[in-house]
Amino acid sequence: MSGDQSKIQNPKSKILHARVLVPGFGRGQALVLPEPLSLWGGLEPQTGEIIDQRHPRAGEVVTGRVLVLPAGRGSSSASSILLEAVRVGTAPAAIITAEPDAILALGAVVARELYGQAPPVVTLAPADYALLVEGQMVTVTAGGEVQVEDV
Amino acid sequence: MLYLALMTLELSPRDEAMLAGERGRAAQMAMRILATMAEVYGAERLLDIESVHVDGCLYHGESGVEFAERLVEGKAKVVVPTTLNVGALDLLHPEYFRGSEQVRALAGRMMRAYEAMGCRPTWTCAPYQALHRPAFGTQIAWAESNAIVFANSVLGARTNRYGDFIDICAAITGRAPAVGLHLAGPRRGQLLFRLVGVPARLLGEDALYPVLGYFLGAHSGTKIPVIEGLRPETTEDQLKALGAAAASSGAVALFHAVGVTPEALTLEAALQGRPPEATIDVTLDELRAMRDRLSTAADGPIDVVALGSPHFSPVEFARLMPLLRQHRPHPAVEFIVCTNRLVYAGLQKRGWLAELEAAGAQIVVDTCVVVTPIVRAGRGVLMTNSGKFAHYTPGNIGLQVVYGSLEECVRSAALGRVWRNESLWEG
Repeated sequence: MSGDQSKIQNPKSKILHARVLVPGFGRGQALVLPEPLSLWGGLEPQTGEIIDQRHPRAGEVVTGRVLVLPAGRGSSSASSILLEAVRVGTAPAAIITAEPDAILALGAVVARELYGQAPPVVTLAPADYALLVEGQMVTVTAGGEVQVEDV
Repeated sequence: MLYLALMTLELSPRDEAMLAGERGRAAQMAMRILATMAEVYGAERLLDIESVHVDGCLYHGESGVEFAERLVEGKAKVVVPTTLNVGALDLLHPEYFRGSEQVRALAGRMMRAYEAMGCRPTWTCAPYQALHRPAFGTQIAWAESNAIVFANSVLGARTNRYGDFIDICAAITGRAPAVGLHLAGPRRGQLLFRLVGVPARLLGEDALYPVLGYFLGAHSGTKIPVIEGLRPETTEDQLKALGAAAASSGAVALFHAVGVTPEALTLEAALQGRPPEATIDVTLDELRAMRDRLSTAADGPIDVVALGSPHFSPVEFARLMPLLRQHRPHPAVEFIVCTNRLVYAGLQKRGWLAELEAAGAQIVVDTCVVVTPIVRAGRGVLMTNSGKFAHYTPGNIGLQVVYGSLEECVRSAALGRVWRNESLWEG
């Protein structure tokens, strides 16, 4: 099968180094958003679904995925939505951005305080960020390594 | 690796003491969150702040209630004057709330928790017009995008864009990360917007300012815009409307208006003596196009008129009253004005409240119609003179929106369909 062949052709996983805003371990399939997303009005924390109808990935569920997005956008209430998603159990496994996003980081910092858990929030340099592809298995380590396994 | 954050944050002995728990568990948690975020921002130190405006009191889910109540349990008290932004309930008119009883109970618990920490129950997104006006140059930590941009731009106070959680942490600790707009250099204007061929008559019209603000926000992103061409007599309510719209379409936290705002006595001062990164000419045609972008529905029947985002001021009510006497809202149109309790008390005193209610107007306090379910119409078209309401109405409450001037809104409410003053936007 072609899937097996690609595995054989790409036996090595890539390891990228991120700036850690909120440390932690997270592993999941990459959900790569082509545009920034405001979680307030953009993510329904009860279901983990992207509900911003103007967003190209509307309808996708972020739960358990490694959410890859250029940055958050808009309202500072995004921190509240991320915290609520952690409480409900619909949060992504990790969040990777191309620019440091303090509002997302804050949601994770408070989640760690209240619930003792939070998705790690890390930032990759633009060249590394561009290497991430939809559907890849991605692991973020507490030290800020981003391990990417090609599918 | 260069890209790794350098841990350069240095805490003062008092910060360290708080972090060690010497001021109690809540202050410890607040300082822990603040110090972590200071590292995220790349701050080297924290600085003292003189006031906080808290936005975290608006209900978004049970976790927010748990956060506030955790602080209350830990004996949290604010150490600087702290005002509160809108909550999800109009506490003077609890019957206006159309959400579930469960959410009503949680939203109420949340509002009480913030009061219990010593915050003033101001419940307004416009604390700056009467309740608390920070002086020029004051270090503050404010949340709520329109209040942030007003405090920075119109008052010349200094705040970054704070939001839920970190706002109350700043109030409990009295500290904020010393970065960004707290410092002089980063307040430099970056983009120059020149009004070109905009008629002097239009510069005197309130309806221009949400449109101009929406244009600035859409073209500025996170950069600091400088506007050249506004008149020195531009009113505070006009600047309020401009800032609120700019902070809706973009992440504008500070704008300069040459000859109008306090850090822009001259263009050179606004740009801190450097050339702008880009110059953008704003023409009448572009303003008309931006005005059209504020509406999502064509002119036709309307179901709701909503005014007061940011919260309506006494001067705005003084403009509304004569219009409303001439053009009484159609009974089928919900006519809603959002304001704060101080202004509301003034309406009562002047006899305007009774008059407004007799005309069928619903005056909402403590909250507003795009953050909580108050509007009765489940669908249809809402007309507004607010750029911020126009921006958030379709996404937040599912109605389509039409933007118009105050007069257009009032006369449309009387007719039940959009009325236009065709000369308003003429060249």
